[in-house]
Amino acid sequence: MGPDDTNLPRSVGVATPRRLRFAQPIGLKSGATLDEYSLVFETYGRLNAARSNAVLVCHALNASHHVAGYYAEDPGNIGWWDNMIGPGKPLDTDRFFVVGVNNLGGCFGTTGPASVDPRTGKPYGSSFPVVTVEDWVEAQARLADRLGIPCWAAVMGGSLGAMQALAWTTSYPDRIRHALVIAATPRLSAQNIAFNEIARQAITTDPDFHGGDYYQHGVVPKRGLRLARMLGHVTYLSDDAMMEKFGRSLRSGKLGFHFGVDFEVESYLRHQGDKFSGYFDANTYLLITRALDYFDPAAERGGDLAAALAPATAKFLVVSFTSDWRFAPARAREILKALLDNRRDVTYAEIDAPHGHDAFLLEDARYLALVRAYFDNVARDVGAGQAPAEGEGARLLDEGEPLRVLAGGGFAA
Amino acid sequence: MTDHEQLSGRPEFDTIAGWVAPEATVLDLGCGDGLLLKFLTGTRGVKGYGIEIADDNVLACVKNGVNVIQSDLERGLQGFDAGSFDYVILSQTLQAMRHTEDIVLEMLRVGRQGIVAFPNFGHWQARWQVAVGGRMPVSEALPYQWYDTPNLHLCTISDFERFCAGHSVRILERIVLHAGRTVSVLPNLLGSLAVFRFEKRQ
Repeated sequence: MGPDDTNLPRSVGVATPRRLRFAQPIGLKSGATLDEYSLVFETYGRLNAARSNAVLVCHALNASHHVAGYYAEDPGNIGWWDNMIGPGKPLDTDRFFVVGVNNLGGCFGTTGPASVDPRTGKPYGSSFPVVTVEDWVEAQARLADRLGIPCWAAVMGGSLGAMQALAWTTSYPDRIRHALVIAATPRLSAQNIAFNEIARQAITTDPDFHGGDYYQHGVVPKRGLRLARMLGHVTYLSDDAMMEKFGRSLRSGKLGFHFGVDFEVESYLRHQGDKFSGYFDANTYLLITRALDYFDPAAERGGDLAAALAPATAKFLVVSFTSDWRFAPARAREILKALLDNRRDVTYAEIDAPHGHDAFLLEDARYLALVRAYFDNVARDVGAGQAPAEGEGARLLDEGEPLRVLAGGGFAA
Repeated sequence: MTDHEQLSGRPEFDTIAGWVAPEATVLDLGCGDGLLLKFLTGTRGVKGYGIEIADDNVLACVKNGVNVIQSDLERGLQGFDAGSFDYVILSQTLQAMRHTEDIVLEMLRVGRQGIVAFPNFGHWQARWQVAVGGRMPVSEALPYQWYDTPNLHLCTISDFERFCAGHSVRILERIVLHAGRTVSVLPNLLGSLAVFRFEKRQ
């Protein structure tokens, strides 16, 4: 096999989520405390002997720890950033040890509103505390401790994931060498918060919501969650991308003069809403949109983002997409400006992509080439070099309880 | 290609490095593949950022390990505070700018000093090709045909000096080069590349 063959991008293959229980209470920004909690995570690649090649990939609103690869029992369930992460891919698992984690409050096995509160024996529901980006970073740091990772080679994320990468640079400046901050904003605008509020209203006014304690009633506020997802989805796409994809195409070729599905775009949104409301937890949606709303590192420094980012020592790659109207390039340039003011090492790319906010998840040769080149630099910086020998990261594979994922996304008991 | 070979084709690099104070902050406008910044970082320990609009150049900068900001210079240096850099450099880019006048003034707003390098249209070969050959000049310093050149505002050394005099720009140093050597006699005739360091006249 020549060197070219080994560099062909491949899937990481079968992924195995694992669950780790944390018995030490975690104090949250709200003042509330979770006495104990579990985090579900996946890892790909191997940690090198120096423990210097670990990369944390943070998820956004609706994603999970399942970042790359697929499940043996559910091969169609491919990780949400599989085009980015794998052997020979921009974040190359032959060189880096990659960690994906489902954040606190999540609904993919990590402790969240649907989990049983050990104090009551009932699901947390409405009593689950509001969590913030900073709380997630704290929980991720504890996961890093347990995995034996003293310092991340990089923390990477898009959208809400980018907020976590940013928060890492100031919460734990000594534990992160590089931050990849993609499709990011340093704070939500009034318009962003407004969209989140409409989504939350859709959920909380659903008769099946029951104040957030719907688990006991054997129902889920599906209609509300479906609407929230439909609205969100529109904001992730650009006008041009939607027009390109659907135009004004009609399902049946002619107008129906009714309020059912006439246009392809209606059918698509309903499908997306149905799919999403079938697996995502409404309370998690509320929590995550709130975490988005609350993120504003500059607020604690009188609105001075440069002062807020002053503790950061990491090097940065900031990427925005020209058609992203949800977190527009101008917002990313605020982050850039704050980093320049602090004389941090930063590269900023504004990718001319038509897809809107979701562009960070899509195939774009310029974008992927840039991230690949950046990770080459990260590898040089941390001495990631080539694939660590078999067995070097073996200890890690013993951490946490392995979970078997069933077809449809659930876990085997 | 080694770095040295890559750099050898860029005679202005040594001149610029000679002018830049150690550990200075540098903004390199139209930084291309970032090799000047890499050179200045290696030789002078500067803290530098490049500005580039082209995707392939942004990628090249990342590969060369230099900080680069993707931005359109024609829109000025909005987002950069006044006096926030020691030097703002415009190397082999001045002649390709549409808003030439604006960018020189922007350089001196953001930088305490400006450095430009540009091909001298007053070089005798250029004059000869126009005057005797009757055709637009093509040379090592000006390697384009009239129809495919990115150059919009070619000027001579005298033109630039006159521009500075008329725009409250004080020239601090000038080095004129040809074939990698300094030209001190009849520079506007014998030099093919001009490098200037300047500041705002108070």
